[in-house]
Amino acid sequence: MEKESCTFSYCKKPEIVEHETDLLIVGGGMSACGAAFEAARWGNPQKIRITMVDKAATDRSGAVAMGLSAINTYMGENDPADYSRMVRGDLMGITREDLTYDLGRHVDDTVEQFEEWGLPIWKKAADGHTLDGAAEAPKLKDGGKPVRSGKWQIMINGESYKVIVAEAAKAALKTNREATGVAENHFERVFIVKYLLDEKVPNRIAAAVGFSVRENKVYIFRAKAILSGCGGAVNVFRPRSVAEGQGRAWYPVWNSGSGYALGIQVGAELTMMENRFVPARFKDGYGPVGAWFLFFKAKATNAYKEDYCAGENFEATKKLYSPYAEKMGTAIRNHMMMMDMKAGKGPILMNTDKAMAELGKTMDAKQIKHLEAEAWEDFLDMAIGQAGVWAGNNVEPDKMPSEIMPTEPYLLGSHAGCAGFWVSGPSDVIEATGAPKEWDWGYNRMSTVNGLFMMGDICGASGHKFSSGSHTEGRIAAKSGVAFILDNKDFKPTVTKSADELAGEIYMPFEVYEKYKTYSTAPEINPNYIKPKMLQARMQKIADEYFGGVGTWYMTSATLLESGLRQLAMLKEDAAKSGAKDLHELMRAWENYHRIWSIEAHARHIQFREESRYPGYYYRGDYLAINDKDWKCFVNSKYDPATGDWKCFKKEYKQLIPD
Amino acid sequence: MPSFVITEKCDGCKAQDKTACQYICPNDLMTLNRDLMKAYNQEPEQCWECYNCVKICPQQAIEVRGYADFVPLGGTVIPMRGSDSIMWTIKFRNGKLKRFKFPIRTTPEGSVDPYKGKPEANIANIKKPGFFTHQGAGKVMPTPKK
Repeated sequence: MEKESCTFSYCKKPEIVEHETDLLIVGGGMSACGAAFEAARWGNPQKIRITMVDKAATDRSGAVAMGLSAINTYMGENDPADYSRMVRGDLMGITREDLTYDLGRHVDDTVEQFEEWGLPIWKKAADGHTLDGAAEAPKLKDGGKPVRSGKWQIMINGESYKVIVAEAAKAALKTNREATGVAENHFERVFIVKYLLDEKVPNRIAAAVGFSVRENKVYIFRAKAILSGCGGAVNVFRPRSVAEGQGRAWYPVWNSGSGYALGIQVGAELTMMENRFVPARFKDGYGPVGAWFLFFKAKATNAYKEDYCAGENFEATKKLYSPYAEKMGTAIRNHMMMMDMKAGKGPILMNTDKAMAELGKTMDAKQIKHLEAEAWEDFLDMAIGQAGVWAGNNVEPDKMPSEIMPTEPYLLGSHAGCAGFWVSGPSDVIEATGAPKEWDWGYNRMSTVNGLFMMGDICGASGHKFSSGSHTEGRIAAKSGVAFILDNKDFKPTVTKSADELAGEIYMPFEVYEKYKTYSTAPEINPNYIKPKMLQARMQKIADEYFGGVGTWYMTSATLLESGLRQLAMLKEDAAKSGAKDLHELMRAWENYHRIWSIEAHARHIQFREESRYPGYYYRGDYLAINDKDWKCFVNSKYDPATGDWKCFKKEYKQLIPD
Repeated sequence: MPSFVITEKCDGCKAQDKTACQYICPNDLMTLNRDLMKAYNQEPEQCWECYNCVKICPQQAIEVRGYADFVPLGGTVIPMRGSDSIMWTIKFRNGKLKRFKFPIRTTPEGSVDPYKGKPEANIANIKKPGFFTHQGAGKVMPTPKK
């Protein structure tokens, strides 16, 4: 096929804005806001210029944009070593325990800051009853007792969680403007689409480029270090919903794999990209199930009211997946649910009616009403659509059970998943535990590309950070980014390509569209380009049918992966012929290009790992069991930007914290 | 449950350079029809129903209609967000109503002063574990026991 180029012969050339900074924060979610907060405090006296670039409005960007009903990582009375054990157990035995321990020992300070800024955190009163977050009660830092909804979780009134955290980040950025005299350091509605390596120093990050989704401007940010916190990937697999409902993904629909794609293309080493997350949630609305399990003691059963995690299912599961089966992690429970669904014993039900009847025996009407409000708040704080699904279907939880269902797969590293980049760990923990020395190359959370740091959903092999942990990881990465900049004061980033060349690459989908749009009478149907929506549909179909989506009950194999990757290669070629009619479509075109890189990494890792490490998330039909003898190791990979080669390889796993 | 804009209520946030819904939508969905001076959701199948446009609209012109591919008609979920709390009204398809009120923050909007009363960062600690807030607070970062 003929290659397209953009010389602005057909589309209008954008204004080019070049911005010099020291520490560039890419993203505006929890990790990015944590980074801004910590970086400014260390960086201001050193006159380090900090810049944040967000695809959306920071008040409501990232995975917490809607709000949350709980903070899922708070140690309190617990030992970070136990947290590290829990993460390892849930992620089937292979995690970077230096990273998870490090996160655990730092995270409580972050949660205490949130409370100080105004986040309402539920408390337990002296008599044991629950106080909402606005009631008079001691703060966590003064010994206030949070309401635990699990060993690591605490309940909040989190509708404005992100607004509050963004307010602190924006205030921090303001102090940095004052300290450095820089006029502007917070760019909203600017979408970063590429990172650039330095022209002179090998394997060194130098810049990030992107465009405004609101006006015809292309941005080039040169930086001494980049903190990458731009999320995992949603809607890479064909979703269960067939039309409008595709927006109701469990994971935020705007997380388009940018975090993965940006790092992969400059050669940052990946780890555990074979991992994915398939949450079991209320059907269609994907509302949270936690409150029903934990507060109402509701039980999930098959349609015959049988516990699907017991009896024959459990015996069969142990045969393939012992000793992991006995730990009853998220993946294993999914696996047994799917066994019953495949046997036609669905729908799987959350027995809300039974649970409420049971509670009615010991609680009075007022207590039940309070509990009911808490259950609805769980939806209204973080999955409002689920409330709509119940309202539209006349589902009253005290009268009838509700269906639960495993979702389409998502790629992420901060929830119960760990797909991401391989990073340098905390030196003192590595030293103290005898972890491999090669896990420490000097700067905590720095990727294998010098100056490029990873945080939140894209920092790999270390899941279960959630919102508080992502903010915490942003703070850790920011502090170490500042240290890196101070150690490399004289570095001047330079890039190989000219500003015009870069603008041409970014605006290519405009040029292609404008060049050809009148060739056919309907611009949607044109043989010379592919629109972002169709690019995404084709990718989702390939992923679903060949890489183990819902269509095959999460099943794949060497032969399926080989075929799917061949088709994906052509899709990637066709992505160079993306056509976009306006800035919104230009954003979608680049998002979907990022999704393609993310799903390719995922498929290559699954192809390399010849076992089924995460039953209930995906299966290799040709290697159905877990094989600890050969595969109790990390799978890492590296794309070489110079040659285009992509290599997967094993990396030794070491247990740092004893059982 | 994509958001939709009620024609009669939307005034296009006139006199402002952009509409409130356009400003806040995390997925760049809300946009302004300049001929009609009315906002609309340009890509309803990419709507996460995060309700940020609904909550921010100064005219209460935005609501949400259940995803047509799985939600029957007739139910509504409508918020009223204040500065310290939010009220929700849920109407079921059969007409039944539920109302809830929850706190949203304990401090006045815009009052966050993130470094007030916090230690300065001592640059000698830059390569040690712990945040600037841990300094001088008597908090020592533990390491795991072997």
